[in-house]
Amino acid sequence: MSESFTKGMARNIYYGGAVFFFLIFLALTFHTTKEMPKRDHRENITKAVERGKELWEENNCIGCHTLIGEGAYFAPELANVYDRRGGDAGFKAFFNGWMKAQPLNIPGRRQMPNFHLTDQEIDDLAEFLKWTSELDDNNWPPNIEG
Amino acid sequence: MSTLKYQSQAVAKPYFVFALILFVGQILFGLLMGLQYVVGDIVGGLIPFNVARMVHTNLLIVWLLFGFMGAAYYLVPEESETELYSPKLAIALFWIFAAAGVATILGYLLVPYSTLAHFTMNDLWPTMGREFLEQPTITKIGIVVVALGFLFNLGMTILKGRKTAINMVLLTGLIGLAVFFLFAFYNPTNLALDKYFWWFVVHLWVEGVWELIMGAILAYVLIKVTGVDREVIEKWLYVIIAMALITGILGTGHHFYWLMTPEYWQWVGSIFSALEPLPFFAMVLYAFNMVNRRRREHPNKAATLWALGTAVMSFLGAGVWGFLHTLSFVNYYTHGSQITAAHGHMAFYGAYAMIVMTIISYAMPKIRGIGEANSNKAQVIEMWGFWLMTIAMVFITLFLTGAGILQVWLQRIPESGEALSFMVTQDKLAIFYWLREIAGVIFLLGLVTYLTSFFVDKKQTA
Repeated sequence: MSESFTKGMARNIYYGGAVFFFLIFLALTFHTTKEMPKRDHRENITKAVERGKELWEENNCIGCHTLIGEGAYFAPELANVYDRRGGDAGFKAFFNGWMKAQPLNIPGRRQMPNFHLTDQEIDDLAEFLKWTSELDDNNWPPNIEG
Repeated sequence: MSTLKYQSQAVAKPYFVFALILFVGQILFGLLMGLQYVVGDIVGGLIPFNVARMVHTNLLIVWLLFGFMGAAYYLVPEESETELYSPKLAIALFWIFAAAGVATILGYLLVPYSTLAHFTMNDLWPTMGREFLEQPTITKIGIVVVALGFLFNLGMTILKGRKTAINMVLLTGLIGLAVFFLFAFYNPTNLALDKYFWWFVVHLWVEGVWELIMGAILAYVLIKVTGVDREVIEKWLYVIIAMALITGILGTGHHFYWLMTPEYWQWVGSIFSALEPLPFFAMVLYAFNMVNRRRREHPNKAATLWALGTAVMSFLGAGVWGFLHTLSFVNYYTHGSQITAAHGHMAFYGAYAMIVMTIISYAMPKIRGIGEANSNKAQVIEMWGFWLMTIAMVFITLFLTGAGILQVWLQRIPESGEALSFMVTQDKLAIFYWLREIAGVIFLLGLVTYLTSFFVDKKQTA
């Protein structure tokens, strides 16, 4: 690097640049959180959805699955599982049966543990997945398979 | 201990040793997970995949934190030209952090996660069950306490001593690390907000403040092994971290494409994160430039190799493999696929695992009283470890990339109805997963080789 470009100049670019872009980031974050209610339908977060999210977390579902593409890549995407597995017509019945059938014990197949959830808890988790499926996430994933 | 300039630098030793022990654990659980990808029911219900993954990723984070802390305890006294403010505090915090870490990992392994959550009263302040932030709330509080004590100790040392650019950059990075970790305590019921601010920990750590820590450690080691003028190296350091933050802060946007966020993030994220490879490229130029312009022949060849290696591998892993899937129209198809996993592996290894091994390589011979460097024989073994691990990681990344491309092709690109399901796709990827597992075994052999180098010719000075 040229001698006329001094360490002091480099330092000022570092501090100035970092502060400047961090402020822009904060401004965009502020705007984003203002826009979010249009996309997250927070008015639909019921007590059941709330309990469902707690169950989602306390059983570490993210340790195998993705939710809108974030998580582990070992098991299927679940943000759209509500639509993939029956929707309003059939999801809850499917889901209750599915949770109770675990572990499937198919030789060689990846195993989902049985989390011993009650019917009420399975319903809460289903409500959480239903609410999640209705989030406006800019049309991700590209198709129903997630 | 006569080879240390300041005796208190020796507190780094338990941090480095424990970091490497945890590293071994991380790799063993990684191999188990790799096997579970292809033999799904292996070890049955004993260690479910989610548990193995939690152990794998949390061990990584914790060993890197131990490594960063060891690095700071080692280099801050020398940079400040004074003894550490309180070596006793550093040792006490080591035991607290180690005990909390071990207890947390045992908790993951010994009881179901929901039991751990209830036992640690997660319902009082739910923070668990989010990727990488799985630790019980009490452990998270412990991390904050340790971080505060650590920063206090370093801050007091720097206050009474010389304030170099390296010290200031390292300290800012570490303060940033502690501050952004506080977002781990924010877990709103609304998933949209939860996910958005989760990235304030995850992205602003690894593509933000951790780069400052990495830059500072690399600059320190380069000054030592090349003897190039501090003014030159520190100027480069500022330029690199300036680029890292200018691109990386708004680069956070590449995680906001598919959240409940306005579309402009697809532009902001794509443009700024496409520039994120630049600081890593600059780091490669700088590391090689400094080594070529060296004013002394430092006997520790291994440390120099690690320093060059971390620059190159972080450029490939974080820079090139990050760029591969960072543009929003590409990411629409690759998001959350094995491409993401490929990038994650090489980026973490190249940027963070390797920088910690760089400082360990440089500092340990001095801390152990061996001298400026290990014996030639020990260095040769260490460099074998370097090459085995690094080449194995290149192959792990290539195989996962292959798996990812095929996954996108089969599962993501076709229309609904024609696309294969997730599980059917996974079966088609099995060959890549087997090859990845073989590369993983070679990585483990490399790690064992590397660790062996610590036990060879301990007394002999190079």
